[in-house]
Amino acid sequence: MPKREDIRSVLVIGSGPIVIGQACEFDYSGTQACRVLRDEGFRVILVNSNPATIMTDPEFADATYVEPITPEFVEKIIAKERPDALLPTLGGQTALNTAVALHESGVLDKYEVELIGADFDAIQAGENRERFKEIVAKVAREHGLNAESAGSLICHTMDECLAAAGELGYPVVVRPSFTMGGAGSGFAYTEEDLRRIAGAGLDASPTTEVLLEESILGWKEYELEVMRDKADNVVIVCSIENIDPMGVHTGDSVTVAPALTLTDREYQNMRDVAIAVIREVGVDTGGCNIQFAVDPRTGRMIVIEMNPRVSRSSALASKATGFPIAKIAAKLAIGYTLDEIPNDITKETPASFEPTLDYIVVKVPRFAFEKFRGADQTLTTHMKSVGEAMAIGRSFPEALQKALRSLEKKDSSFTWAGELRPKDELLAECRTPHDGRLRTMQEAIRAGATPGELFEATSVDPWFVDQLFLLHEEAEAVAEAPELTVEVLERAKRHGFSDVQIGEIRGIDEARVRDLRHALGLRPVYNTVDTCAAEFAAKTPYLYSTYDEESEVPSGERDKVIILGSGPNRIGQGIEFDYACVHASFELSRAGFETVMVNCNPETVSTDYDTSDRLYFEPLTLEDVLEVVHAEQQTGTVAGVIVQLGGQTPLGLAQALKDAGVPVVGTSPESIHLAEERGAFGRVLAEAGLPAPKHGTALTVSEALEIAEDIGYPVLVRPSYVLGGAGMAIVYDEETLTTYMAAQEGGHPVLVDKFLDESIEIDVDALYDGEELYLGGVMEHIEEAGIHSGDSACALPPITLGSNDIKRIRAATEAIASGVGVRGLLNVQYAMSAGVLYVLEANPRASRTVPFVSKATAAPLAKAAARVMLGASIASLREEGMLPATGDGGTLPLDSSIAVKEAVLPFNRFRGVDIVLGPEMRSTGEVMGIDAFFGVAFAKSQAAAYGELPTRGRAFVSVANRDKRAMIFPVKALADLGFEILATEGTAEVLRRNGVHAKIVRKHSEGTGPGGEPTSVQCILDGGVDLIINTPFGSPGQAGPRLDGYDIRTAAVLRGIPCITTVAGLAAAAAGIQAIVRGDVGVRSLQEHAQALRG
Amino acid sequence: MNTAVLVLEDGRVFHGTPYGAEGETFGEMVFNTGMTGYQETLTDPSYHRQIVAMTAPHIGNTGVNDDDPESSRVWVAGYVVREPSRVVSSWRATRSLDAYLKEQGVVGIAIPGTRALTRHLRERGAMRAGIFTGPSEPVEELVERVRRSPGMEGADLAAQVATAEPYVVPAAGAKRFTVAAVDLGIKGMTPHRMAERGCEVHVLPATATYEQIMAVEPDGVFFSNGPGDPATADVSALRKVLEARVPFFGICFGNQLFGRALGLSTYKLRYGHRGVNQPVQDVRTGKVEISAHNHGFAVEAPLDGPFETPYGPAEVSHVNLNDRCVEGLRLLEQPAFSVQYHPEAAAGPHDAAYLFDEFCEILASSSARDAGRDSVQHSPQNSVKDGKDSHPCG
Repeated sequence: MPKREDIRSVLVIGSGPIVIGQACEFDYSGTQACRVLRDEGFRVILVNSNPATIMTDPEFADATYVEPITPEFVEKIIAKERPDALLPTLGGQTALNTAVALHESGVLDKYEVELIGADFDAIQAGENRERFKEIVAKVAREHGLNAESAGSLICHTMDECLAAAGELGYPVVVRPSFTMGGAGSGFAYTEEDLRRIAGAGLDASPTTEVLLEESILGWKEYELEVMRDKADNVVIVCSIENIDPMGVHTGDSVTVAPALTLTDREYQNMRDVAIAVIREVGVDTGGCNIQFAVDPRTGRMIVIEMNPRVSRSSALASKATGFPIAKIAAKLAIGYTLDEIPNDITKETPASFEPTLDYIVVKVPRFAFEKFRGADQTLTTHMKSVGEAMAIGRSFPEALQKALRSLEKKDSSFTWAGELRPKDELLAECRTPHDGRLRTMQEAIRAGATPGELFEATSVDPWFVDQLFLLHEEAEAVAEAPELTVEVLERAKRHGFSDVQIGEIRGIDEARVRDLRHALGLRPVYNTVDTCAAEFAAKTPYLYSTYDEESEVPSGERDKVIILGSGPNRIGQGIEFDYACVHASFELSRAGFETVMVNCNPETVSTDYDTSDRLYFEPLTLEDVLEVVHAEQQTGTVAGVIVQLGGQTPLGLAQALKDAGVPVVGTSPESIHLAEERGAFGRVLAEAGLPAPKHGTALTVSEALEIAEDIGYPVLVRPSYVLGGAGMAIVYDEETLTTYMAAQEGGHPVLVDKFLDESIEIDVDALYDGEELYLGGVMEHIEEAGIHSGDSACALPPITLGSNDIKRIRAATEAIASGVGVRGLLNVQYAMSAGVLYVLEANPRASRTVPFVSKATAAPLAKAAARVMLGASIASLREEGMLPATGDGGTLPLDSSIAVKEAVLPFNRFRGVDIVLGPEMRSTGEVMGIDAFFGVAFAKSQAAAYGELPTRGRAFVSVANRDKRAMIFPVKALADLGFEILATEGTAEVLRRNGVHAKIVRKHSEGTGPGGEPTSVQCILDGGVDLIINTPFGSPGQAGPRLDGYDIRTAAVLRGIPCITTVAGLAAAAAGIQAIVRGDVGVRSLQEHAQALRG
Repeated sequence: MNTAVLVLEDGRVFHGTPYGAEGETFGEMVFNTGMTGYQETLTDPSYHRQIVAMTAPHIGNTGVNDDDPESSRVWVAGYVVREPSRVVSSWRATRSLDAYLKEQGVVGIAIPGTRALTRHLRERGAMRAGIFTGPSEPVEELVERVRRSPGMEGADLAAQVATAEPYVVPAAGAKRFTVAAVDLGIKGMTPHRMAERGCEVHVLPATATYEQIMAVEPDGVFFSNGPGDPATADVSALRKVLEARVPFFGICFGNQLFGRALGLSTYKLRYGHRGVNQPVQDVRTGKVEISAHNHGFAVEAPLDGPFETPYGPAEVSHVNLNDRCVEGLRLLEQPAFSVQYHPEAAAGPHDAAYLFDEFCEILASSSARDAGRDSVQHSPQNSVKDGKDSHPCG
């Protein structure tokens, strides 16, 4: 059955900002879908509010709408574009929920838009737990299969929940319906737990529905990835086994593919159930994933749930097998059948088969608890990880060790050095699932734990426990060997030990191990991910390292450029860097190079096998990268290695790579050092005559106090050895500074900078070729200084800077670029305070804002940077037409659209964490709002990030004294728009004195009034507030006002009410609300914006 | 440390450690790409005289249980794995795979280079090989000994693996049909699949004559899978079954014999199909089945439409989408068909189980027809009753 001819245009919905539970895997799937649809000749209309995605590049769709993914905005797009069909299965739960809403409100019918890929009924059947349970029962009955659902009851009220728990017995699992990433779910061991979890779950569920379930904690957990076409051909793409048994969200579990502890009978039963379920649910075309639990004592199998769409696991399964689920799902949606689609890897065989693996894939989650002090770090059914790394090896130990070192996190790898804690303490710790539990288990083995004890403590399958013992024995063999012979090293390497680990065990340097290994001729080989266990020849070079017999690296003819990716997503290093790497790859390939990508993040576009000419799925450590470079040098010429685009990870390798003789292109490692080392950078600034805030370095409390006294409070303090704003704080007084310093680890210097209160922060992305500076964009932060640039909303072009200011910024940026010696991208952060332009920091690499700037100004900065790194000049790129013939992002016309970037924070995942923004970055993602008017652009960014701003109702205002003057006008504007204003006493007084009627609400610290008057927090929790304005004051650790604000903001997160924490944000919000009320909010594609901009 | 070596007839050598029994063994070197089902594979008689390499790296994780064997013993001549499991993890396991192989006297080896071995076989074809454990002779000598061992082409092996005495597998529940199943290396799951559909299965030795077959008064005749070169097998009994228009169903080796009975030739595939992920298309419906395969030979037949045979027109009913290999044959004017792959699965997916239903349907309809004609030629008593219902089974 060939493709459908009755459809001409397709609307694809993306997944919006990166949040926990919905990350860049949907950029990967959406990009694949857009590519397929365009190749097939369809007009593609895309909506996604996330500017950092590759899918929102104007070249991937005919009309790209970076607009909020809400039913209201999508309807506007549908009305304007009139697509024939809507593909909702590749944009995660966001896309699916939006499609359901559009169907239910009749919009799809009204505009005659056909849902393709899954129909409404299938979505309901898959997602509605009660219906799904019936389906499982029916399948078991009619097909005679071993399948059942956990005993469960649906509840819509707290009373129903309590009754249900009585029936099922504690502990019970609470699962809200229609939330993504398991948001709001958890285990309730007591009635108190149940009230808390189910209460939040009922709120989180769009249908006010939760399911209470019998506990299957500790059971083995599996997933199958299934695809079905319209001719009813069904294939299982991949089986995945969770090493962490039931009780930990699969996104937070260490998982392995293929499943390793099932016999064929059990696996085939699972397969039969999966196929029968997908048929019964009615997923006609496309992919879905089904999760199972198996009782390890009896084999009783429970079908947990299914997702009738492409998921995070689909991305993992695609990368694990070489079977591109998203791409094929898109082809199936437009009418093809599996047997009509060729297998891209073998080229000869069709996609209607089941991949078979002769290697093992391990995925490990990446957490960021260090960013959320106070958050509960126990792993539960509520996903908390922010990213993941995947590794491939020819055995489980090899894959596991590669995966752990791919996390690039201190202490993520197994270690056999250092003090041992008592066995009992370690075993006790193993009982609670936590980040790095496998490492705790390994440490327990060192401390003498037995396999039985570990199984008893963790319920991790005995086979996996034994693999940890195997690794322990191998480590002992390395330790005890009289010398490191080729046999000893080869065995260790086959078990995945890195040079670092071997060196640590033997008490020698990593470099010595490597030299010895190379002298012995021991290097990894590269095998191909070929979908078929070598049964057929692979035509696509998708490679992984292993210590095995034969290398399969094909030889190349063109000069090769190796691009180092950014590894697992984490806070501060996410999809933006993948965007830059992918762009470089596309562009350099076009310019005639053979592109080689190295990365270990299965969610990304960069690790798609057809993004680059070659893909190495490898950890980004020095050892692994050096071996890839060596392998590529053996088979051709390496023109250069790019370290500038993947964020801090590859940048950190620059010097060592260069020292090893690797041709690092772009800004040299020495120049990178100039920008990163404080003293050196200070000299660069001094030479250019640029001021930086006064600063000093302190080792002790008294030194810090002295410096602060000297430069004046407030000061910004941070430990010197961490990056990305970790541990940063703004300190207003001596007392707090003393507390801060006392909490620091001894011996590490602390940087103390003058904090420029009341200043405007400015972010600049620029390109420099040694002669010419291309100012990519100047972004003005909407919040005042002190908030990490990654967490701050910003506007481009800057809304309050004049052309004179930009001229100064341009001159300063050029001086820095030239002084540092940049070849490629440069990001500079400035603060404008009292007319003085201070340089805060410079990063000679792609920044988080490169995709945003590229989209807002219609200039592909990352592509241009890649070319500059390989020798092209900005002048030649202007000539080529890649960059505008004249002008740049600093000379945008006065009538150009304004783009607002807003950060998205994961506070709803980390209950108990204060949501106040600060100098430490905590956002997971971002959105963009773009419009001719700033207010509308800001309102769009809020709608995309947190839901639409309210246009009526009650606004609660409580601000710090320093903000009282500035808040009057915007609050008055809200009152004029009809908002009822509630305020705490001090704030209310100021408002009343200025003619704004404000009703006084009791402070939370005052408690409920004598007549039962509620406090601010109670008002919020009762749903009586629609908008919250609360700026923090007081200092950490102090009770009273500080704690009040904390409780207010926590309540806001619990109720999902917009909460504005800066006065500047308030002003922007008021302007946005005015625009919405006026009703002049339209939609415009990036292509239309670009046309307007470039004339 | 103990050592072992795997030697191929073309001189390629893989060093490793012994797994299972120690000693030496010879056979045809093949690879299996299934990620599950090693116990079924080991006990599949079709692997007789073959050394099987598993491409999946970790083998033995779930140990060995009493339910999953496909026959009473391990048939593979030797076993090649990468990472043998050190422990057993399954609630059904009764012992470890290592212990089982030792108990069965099966010589095996663990080598790192199972992928290199697979690629070698893919490029150069299946070939003879030997596994030698412990200190051994010089490699050149071993290669010579491998070269002197018998190859697979021309090998007549069915009789070696088949039952010597007939036996009956009773129908599960009410008996509906009698099936005469000629054992050429039959797997336990095959009669089980028929029995659960109401067939009483009379399993007969490979050497069964037409008369011996008809003596059980079958409603249908079945020829099983099995090892060896189909070109050497005697198809005279099968021809007589077809001449008598008795419903016929064949699997694997039985498909190859059916092809030869129809006048088609068979040939040896370069490295065969051995795994559980092969896409086979039903030519009539266009539907694709993911199927279990274990064959080194295949039937040569026209793929572009019906062709003539001594029993009237026939067609290729199923095709492998990977290599367009013939996977099924069907007579168009008489109830006889066969498939090259394994609808009984074990190990493998159950997508093709419908073929047992189809077999029962033709048993039912031909019984009904016989009843209608009041023929006495070979109509078992109980099929008349069943024929009246004329409902398909399964």
